[in-house]
Amino acid sequence: MLGNFWQEQKIALIAIVAVVVAVFSSVVIVPETEQAVVVRVGEPVRVINRFAPKTDFGSTGAGLSLRIPFLERLVRIDKRMMTVDMERQQVLSAEQLRLEVDAFARFRIIDPVKMVRTAGSTERVKEQLQPIFSSVLRQELGKRTFQSLLTADRGVAMKEIREGLDRQAREYGAQVIDVQIKRADLPEGALESAFSRMQAAREQEATTIRAQGQKSAQIIRAEAEARAANIYAQSFGKDPGFYDFYRAMQSYDYTFANKDGQSTIIISPDNDYLRQFKGH
Amino acid sequence: MSTYPSYNSVMKTVGDAIARGVLAMAGRRSPWGGGDKNDPESSGGSGSGDPAGDGDGQAETPPPSGEAPRGPRNPWLPQGEQRPRRSAGIEDIFRPREPGTQRGGPGGGGGSGFPRLPQRAGGKSWFPIIMGGVALVWLLVTTTHMVGPKEQGIVTTFGKYSHTIDPGVSLTLPWPIQNVSVTDVTSIKRDTIPEGDTEKLMLTSDQNLVDLSYLVRWNINNLKLFTFQLADPEQTVREVAEAAMRASVAEVTLQEAMGGAGRAQIEQNVRQRMQAILDAYRSGVLIQGVEIKKADPPGKVIGAFQQVTAAQQDAQRDLSNAQAWAQQLLARAQGDATAFDKVFEQYKLAPEVTKRRMYYETMERVLSSNDKVVVEANGVTSYLPLPEVKRRQQQQQAAPAPGGQ
Repeated sequence: MLGNFWQEQKIALIAIVAVVVAVFSSVVIVPETEQAVVVRVGEPVRVINRFAPKTDFGSTGAGLSLRIPFLERLVRIDKRMMTVDMERQQVLSAEQLRLEVDAFARFRIIDPVKMVRTAGSTERVKEQLQPIFSSVLRQELGKRTFQSLLTADRGVAMKEIREGLDRQAREYGAQVIDVQIKRADLPEGALESAFSRMQAAREQEATTIRAQGQKSAQIIRAEAEARAANIYAQSFGKDPGFYDFYRAMQSYDYTFANKDGQSTIIISPDNDYLRQFKGH
Repeated sequence: MSTYPSYNSVMKTVGDAIARGVLAMAGRRSPWGGGDKNDPESSGGSGSGDPAGDGDGQAETPPPSGEAPRGPRNPWLPQGEQRPRRSAGIEDIFRPREPGTQRGGPGGGGGSGFPRLPQRAGGKSWFPIIMGGVALVWLLVTTTHMVGPKEQGIVTTFGKYSHTIDPGVSLTLPWPIQNVSVTDVTSIKRDTIPEGDTEKLMLTSDQNLVDLSYLVRWNINNLKLFTFQLADPEQTVREVAEAAMRASVAEVTLQEAMGGAGRAQIEQNVRQRMQAILDAYRSGVLIQGVEIKKADPPGKVIGAFQQVTAAQQDAQRDLSNAQAWAQQLLARAQGDATAFDKVFEQYKLAPEVTKRRMYYETMERVLSSNDKVVVEANGVTSYLPLPEVKRRQQQQQAAPAPGGQ
């Protein structure tokens, strides 16, 4: 059956196959996430779905495109935002303090033709950017003190690193969008001394807290005594003479009366207590 | 492509089903069976190859019982050839046709390479029907898309973004033209950093270290951007979280980082920072929240921190003691003063009498409980051992009582 058909329609079939092959080799699909450089015998001639900042997805050049079969070759390049990670490395700050720094940069290929000419592939771009990244970072962080890196200057530093890196990345047709310092930390050895510093600080804090507590306690006691004195003075000041007598009586009571007869009191008959003894 | 995992298997099953149906139909018209030799169709079939033949169906269709001893015969063969034949084995079916077999027909020779099954099938040929069925299933599977309530789908036409489909059933063009990738957008993803129980130390503004772990909750708020904008969005979220967290922690002191109010401030800062960065990337990610799960001093110095807590408690204890003592003292002073005031009031009414009364009462108490010796004054120097001896004796008898001067 089919053989028969083949025999009869040989030419037509071959023609169909040829057309299909021609279509498949001249029509290319470029997805939204890629841009493609068309290389005609070694020379980049045009870009399909080139990155354009303001274009919304759907109105880009993605989708079906034509090329001249066999003559033109497609180099596909990621259109999305990509990341260059900088390996953790030690950087010297302005005051010669060693810092351990982790950072990443986000970039995008904005000039695919240039990129194809200079680097060839996005992987190569990343490889090229990495040493540049770390040298720019060293330069920038070397201008700053560690303390300033921890706070306000961090943003400024990152911005300047971004600009420095971006200048160089343009050579590869890439645009650096953002640089973020993930960590800016003390290296392993300094960590130990940081710990002992923290420990000493805590111990100092503990001692201070104890001393402060004792001080406050003392003040509270003194204040109470003062107030008590005030209360006494107000009350007893009404008649110092009577107070003297009253308090003496209390004192005699306390000193002599409450112990069980252990004192020997020698009284002169002239004593006021024995006044009536004399009987006159 | 991953959207159609069982695509092939579906096609296969459906294809089989169609094949079975076709066979069944053929079977109803089957010329086999007892006494069917005179059927015009069977006798007319001369082997010219025109009605393509159900011959291959023999493998699947059991031979009718009426012809049991001789086995099924091919009704299209010329009547004269009555020699018994065995039923077709699997080798027969797939064996390439050799020129000169009894089935000989035109087209036998050239069809080399193709298995015979698809070539010679029902009615005229059921190959197109299978293909039609497969195409239908393929259309059905690749044009209708079920999108769940939490999901959205991105439709691309030859790789180019076309539109986003919302939950429900949607129609698109079939697969190689349009592709749909469905993603869960509304459910919130949680990234815990660091994963596991490892210690993650961060520097605070006073150059102390704090062991921090936190949770980032986010979801996709623009699937289109999320799909096309970033090379690795999930990893990006994590990295941005890390950078934002370190930057925020570096702005506060250790105390603030560990304390309640400072924590809330950090969480707020990190969230805003992350959102700003991710918006600048046009990532289509919405940060729902950042929660600090733990902010502790590093394990190595935790003892020193506990000492501080102990010191705080010591100080608190000292303070409480002092306050108690002060209360006591004041109460005592107030009591004394009030007592004096009361007595003084009465004293004022009759000073002389009150004074003497108090004097005598006190002397009574004092002298009644002590040894007393009344000595004539002026030059009396007498040795008085008796009371002393007596007292010593009493003391020895009365156990070692306190106050033995």
